[in-house]
Amino acid sequence: MSADHLGQLRREGRIVIVGASLAGLRAAETLRAEGFAGELTLIGDEPYEPYDRPPLSKSVLLGKASPHRTDLPHRREIDAKWRLGVAATGLDLSAKRVRLADGDEVEYDRLLIATGVRARPWFKEDEARLDGVCLLRTRDDADDLYQRLKAGPRRVFIIGAGFAGSEVASACREMGIPVTVAERAGAPLVGALGGVIGAVATGLQTENGVDLRTHVTVTGLEGDATGRVRAVHLSDESVVEADVVVVSLGSMRNTEWLNGSGLGAGPRGIACDAGCRAFDFRGIVTDDVFVAGDVARSPHALFGYQFLSLEHWGNAVAQAQTAAHNMICDGADRRPHLWMPAFWSSMFGVNIKSVGVPPMGEQIMITQGSLAERRFVGVYGYKGRIIAAVSFDNTRWLEFYQRQIERGAPFPVEFPTVDRRPEGRPVDADFPDPSLPTHGPMITLSGYSPADQQLVFHPARH
Amino acid sequence: MTHPSMLRRITDFANRANPYPVYEELRKTPVLHEEDGPFVISSYYDIEALLHDPRISSDAVNLVDPGEDEVSGPEATGLPPSFIRLDPPEHDRLRRIANSSFGPPHRPRRIENMRGELAEIVSGLIDGLGDAREIDLVDEVAYPFPVTVICRLLGVPREDEPRFRAWVDPIVAGLDPDTRTSADSERTAQEARLQLGMYLNGLVEQRAKEPRDDMLSDLVNSQGPDGAMTTMEVLSTSVLLLIAGHETTVNLITNGMLTLLRHPEYLRRLREDPGLSPKIVEELLRYEPPVQLLPQRTCITDIEVRGVTIPKGSRIWLALAAGNRDPERFQDPDRFDPDRGDLQHLGFGSGIHSCFGAPLARLEAQIALSELARRLENPRLVEDPPPYRQNAVLRGPRHLKIAFDGLR
Amino acid sequence: MRLVVDLNKCQGYAQCAFLAPDVFAMHGEESLIYNPHAPEEQRERLARAVAACPVQAITADGLEGLGERGTGSAQEAHDVR
Repeated sequence: MSADHLGQLRREGRIVIVGASLAGLRAAETLRAEGFAGELTLIGDEPYEPYDRPPLSKSVLLGKASPHRTDLPHRREIDAKWRLGVAATGLDLSAKRVRLADGDEVEYDRLLIATGVRARPWFKEDEARLDGVCLLRTRDDADDLYQRLKAGPRRVFIIGAGFAGSEVASACREMGIPVTVAERAGAPLVGALGGVIGAVATGLQTENGVDLRTHVTVTGLEGDATGRVRAVHLSDESVVEADVVVVSLGSMRNTEWLNGSGLGAGPRGIACDAGCRAFDFRGIVTDDVFVAGDVARSPHALFGYQFLSLEHWGNAVAQAQTAAHNMICDGADRRPHLWMPAFWSSMFGVNIKSVGVPPMGEQIMITQGSLAERRFVGVYGYKGRIIAAVSFDNTRWLEFYQRQIERGAPFPVEFPTVDRRPEGRPVDADFPDPSLPTHGPMITLSGYSPADQQLVFHPARH
Repeated sequence: MTHPSMLRRITDFANRANPYPVYEELRKTPVLHEEDGPFVISSYYDIEALLHDPRISSDAVNLVDPGEDEVSGPEATGLPPSFIRLDPPEHDRLRRIANSSFGPPHRPRRIENMRGELAEIVSGLIDGLGDAREIDLVDEVAYPFPVTVICRLLGVPREDEPRFRAWVDPIVAGLDPDTRTSADSERTAQEARLQLGMYLNGLVEQRAKEPRDDMLSDLVNSQGPDGAMTTMEVLSTSVLLLIAGHETTVNLITNGMLTLLRHPEYLRRLREDPGLSPKIVEELLRYEPPVQLLPQRTCITDIEVRGVTIPKGSRIWLALAAGNRDPERFQDPDRFDPDRGDLQHLGFGSGIHSCFGAPLARLEAQIALSELARRLENPRLVEDPPPYRQNAVLRGPRHLKIAFDGLR
Repeated sequence: MRLVVDLNKCQGYAQCAFLAPDVFAMHGEESLIYNPHAPEEQRERLARAVAACPVQAITADGLEGLGERGTGSAQEAHDVR
């Protein structure tokens, strides 16, 4: 693009952001902060201004915050047109138009797609409609679930022991509510952190009074005559009575609206280059469509340039800022998105944090502290180098390990560390077979192809 | 050597009033090692990295060549090291127990509930200036204020201050790397620490029998998931909290008033808007940190910093005050600018040993400085620079003479 | 006032929980939970917490008039590395 053209775009161009959540908001702020003076439109399917989601499964369920009061602070005025409560339903790449559910169309010069993910619903639609069967993704979901928990259910049943499911279980126990958690794998959190850490999570749950059922799947939800859920049927033929069921089976990327658009979009997300530019289905990079946040798959230099999908708060912020910057820059001024994957969770009073990509880990060694005390740092190794680290109540050391990952430091870790215990030898990290989908690993390595292939999740049926 | 050694210049009392030109030169050799001295780290990012590096130890047993105090050990001194001189897991356990009597999650409001009391103490001290039109801020406010606070918090009788002062002074002097070289001062410091511990033991025994609403009572009676501290652990923790609880805050307040009097625009703005005080205090912690360097770290294996190998067991100094003025990290680092959006600093350290009493020190400095700004009419420095204390680690003016036209 | 804490940055120093205990609380030794919508009467305490965060992880808006200049939102840590 000529300098003239770019100048015109910055002065009077039209930028449309589809997705009015964390990534969309931070992108809009960055555009304005970097001098974009043209027309800015934010489109969001929820009728709310951008709000923060992590508190929904923590502060909100603990009664420390209102589900309708988690709006994100604005870092600056963004002077945007808001189209809230109306979903984008289609994209015409050649005409540069976004179609909306209300029939409207919005034209753009540059488009940012930040449509994120939604909760994967229970796969049997009639059962999913039973009163008491809940999801937890939106503030309305959180409001509904919180009201139900406050009403004092006899038992809450949680399907899926990923982070979200485990956080809900923790909140239930704190409220004194009996809770059963069913997990297809052998332990909670195994998809994200492997079996060694999963065993620690198992101890956390059972000691806090969670009725944890592993190696089982839910085969059906049973309702009563009034359409309320009353029991959960499991693959081991047991039946658990429960009046609230929380379906926590991970998420689905909001890409259906792009079907037929010609973008490289599918169930695993939208492929983009390191500069956040979307690929079309032929693997050719576009120059006016950008992607950020949970819906993006982008190649990462530290992880062999595989496309990574990250459902991480920090990634949404960082990628949105990079995408926004690149949308109003040329060539050499553009920046690559090189964010180090990082996430946090908190359950049963324990702070869990991770950097890097644990599911790539073949082995894990506990370099500080002890699994038994549930205060430790664990380091994951992949092909002789450090690929990730996890901490339980030991976050202040984590930035050291992040630097080790960045420099490709060798694994096993040979240097001594303070608080090294005899248990600190490398062992198999014990991740489940990667070909089996797990409940929301939050980091997905999805190969090298920019054109997404159909990869459909089929819950096991017995 | 033709030039005086850099190490000498850091500890040289002649540079106390303004050590920053020395630090600027020091940063040109970010990993300084002179003869058999310590490795001195002076860039912000290196210090920050080492404070989070699990190969770095605070425990003197890991030094290849420990000083006089460190070989003597608990048998000789009578008191085991406090958590500031320990590594995990012992450090973490003791700090958690200490914290359970101080802050969240167990005592989330202990400090919050002292806010009114802090303001009253400061008001009382300022009221007490009466008709004076020239004062020593150190003697009248900056010292008595944090001493009164830490005494109330711990449960140490305020009137015992002259007694424990006699022990605290040599202990603090023992932290100065310049006096470290003298075995005499080292022994004096150890002896004083033992004496102070014995004095506190009297109070602790009393609190074990009759607990009150103070930290000594909580420390000696703690029975959380980490179990109880031993009596010796209670004593070394109490010695640490008593000393750290005021020796640093006195400098933060004094450095603060000195800096504000040198930057009258901010003194005026603070008078008009006490809401500016948090930013002023954070910028002070960067610009004039009360703890200038951490001289007691070592590494438990050979480590490499900027291409320099630091052998296992070496003594490492982390020059916090030099890192705080590092142009690689801060724009215009030598300018005092509370409006800089970037309020990070190494003033309280970082990582697992980050200052235990930081929230209290912050509130004390915020309240003291806003009250002084509000109440002193037309304050001005009588002498600039003021006379400094000897100590290169806990750096601050010994006296700060201020003249003013009256009290508001 | 709206606020958000970047919990990737947060290292559990708990300064916010000391300085504004009605907005921020520690849940266990290291986890922070907070109310993303602080009531007006918490303005001064929230400003203290924002300034004191050692990792500058708290972003809040609506703090105008408390030693703030410009738009009033906490700025991102500027890093000249």
